[in-house]
Amino acid sequence: MKGYRQIVWVHLKLLMREPPAFFFTLIFPALLLVFFGSVFGNEVDPESYRRFGYVDYQVAALSGLIIATTGILGIPVATAFRREYGVLRRYRATPLHPATYLAADISTQFIITLLGMLVLVLLGKAIFHLRFAGSWPSVLAGFTLSALSFFAAGYVLASLAPTGRMAQAMGQAIFFPMMFLSGAAIPVQIMPASMRRISELLPLTHVIQLMQGLWFGEPWRAHVPQVAVLVTMLVVGVVVSAKTFRWE
Amino acid sequence: MTETVIEVVNLRKVYGPTVAVADVSFEVRRGEIVGIIGPNGAGKTTTIECVEGQRRPDAGQVRVLGQDPQDRAALLRERIGVQLQAAALPPRIKVWEAIDLFASFYRRPLDGRRLLEEMGLGEKTHSLFMKLSGGQRQRLFIALALINDPELLFLDELTTGLDPQGRRMMWDLIRGIRARGKTILLTTHYMEEAERLCDRVAIVDHGRIIALDTPRNLVRLAPFETRITFQVENGLDTAALAALEAVTRVERQGDEVVVYAGDGALGRLVRALETQGCRFRELRTQSSSLEEVFLGLTGREMRD
Repeated sequence: MKGYRQIVWVHLKLLMREPPAFFFTLIFPALLLVFFGSVFGNEVDPESYRRFGYVDYQVAALSGLIIATTGILGIPVATAFRREYGVLRRYRATPLHPATYLAADISTQFIITLLGMLVLVLLGKAIFHLRFAGSWPSVLAGFTLSALSFFAAGYVLASLAPTGRMAQAMGQAIFFPMMFLSGAAIPVQIMPASMRRISELLPLTHVIQLMQGLWFGEPWRAHVPQVAVLVTMLVVGVVVSAKTFRWE
Repeated sequence: MTETVIEVVNLRKVYGPTVAVADVSFEVRRGEIVGIIGPNGAGKTTTIECVEGQRRPDAGQVRVLGQDPQDRAALLRERIGVQLQAAALPPRIKVWEAIDLFASFYRRPLDGRRLLEEMGLGEKTHSLFMKLSGGQRQRLFIALALINDPELLFLDELTTGLDPQGRRMMWDLIRGIRARGKTILLTTHYMEEAERLCDRVAIVDHGRIIALDTPRNLVRLAPFETRITFQVENGLDTAALAALEAVTRVERQGDEVVVYAGDGALGRLVRALETQGCRFRELRTQSSSLEEVFLGLTGREMRD
């Protein structure tokens, strides 16, 4: 794993120097939380949210949104640009092992995603008295499964996109509709029934349902469909991206 | 006999219907600078990339430091340094970050800061890659290629896009690298660069080596040794000039006359002009270079 630590560190710093990556993973979800949190508050509302309030639901949902941001936008755009600029080709001319590069890239994206969620949790606690009824290891496991599934899809997208700009366009075409329909930005509870049915088809919706469930202390066995969707996405994503990944 | 560090035998590489390299064979000995020169699309980059182990040849054998660059890629990459033509760095990486990052990929890297100093980048260590000039970028790429103290250095069109001054600086730099005992294989489409820098030059065209020798010997392949040009004001018997000993060919366009000739033609030419009573001015002579060798071998100009 020679070079692993250095790639993670340099790529993290590079991400922090990219205004869009920085904004969409760390700032934008926090802004959504503060804005909608101020509108809806975090009072316990037995009718829509059982023992919890809007913000409690939304922190889990926005964590899912960050996972989708990194997976659908961050990874394809960064990978496609590195390929377009010849960075990947240059790495290939060194003894750096391809698996080391991939492990380092996944770690980098995972760290930034986790940081994004941490910002939400801290903001939620500081401003809205965030409630938490689950167990952290369980929530982290759900977060990791969701992140890896979306990352795998991200590498597939990276292979499909001919250029960095195309990766951006393709990512946005998938990301924004998913953001609005999955309950990540607007709670599903306030959507009409027809939109909810579309919502059920989106992978991000399953991430959000799983994250919210684990957040409120529901057992994993209550979320078999969500886990099945995410594991399938992970396996298919890994197989397809392993076959299609291009260094140039 | 010096050790052979690169051995290429009947190399062939095809991309779909395009034959990039038809049949190329050459050797490079330790301590040499060997240049591959030719027009765009001649197969220079494909050849050097097959030797580097970046591309898998369709046929033929490549041996680098006695190893197959495909089978022993990981091992060889510790011992070779590569500057790629179509490769760059992330725009917002800092110079010191890039050199430290690449140093971390090797078992025994050199001191990156010192290498940057030697490449004249000592004051740029905290600059972003995107803020560097063309010449600074190329020097950073050389530093990255040298970070593992390689025995063998590959430079693909290193000076393309640089101004003449930047190019000369780069030549000095490369001579300095050779003085440290490195072997260098480079590609270029500047004839002057090949002539000034390389111990031996391979001229490639349509995926084949059409000549391979020292620049001095290659120049002898030119169809003439000297080109003499002058302006005439009055009548001139061009046929009489063409009949002179050592004159190969005479061309006239308006007032300008071009004489292609071998050694010792100049004195005869001037005497003949005086005998004819022809007034001439702005007489210039120009020794033939690799440009003319290429023209002579292929029948066309290299700069197309």
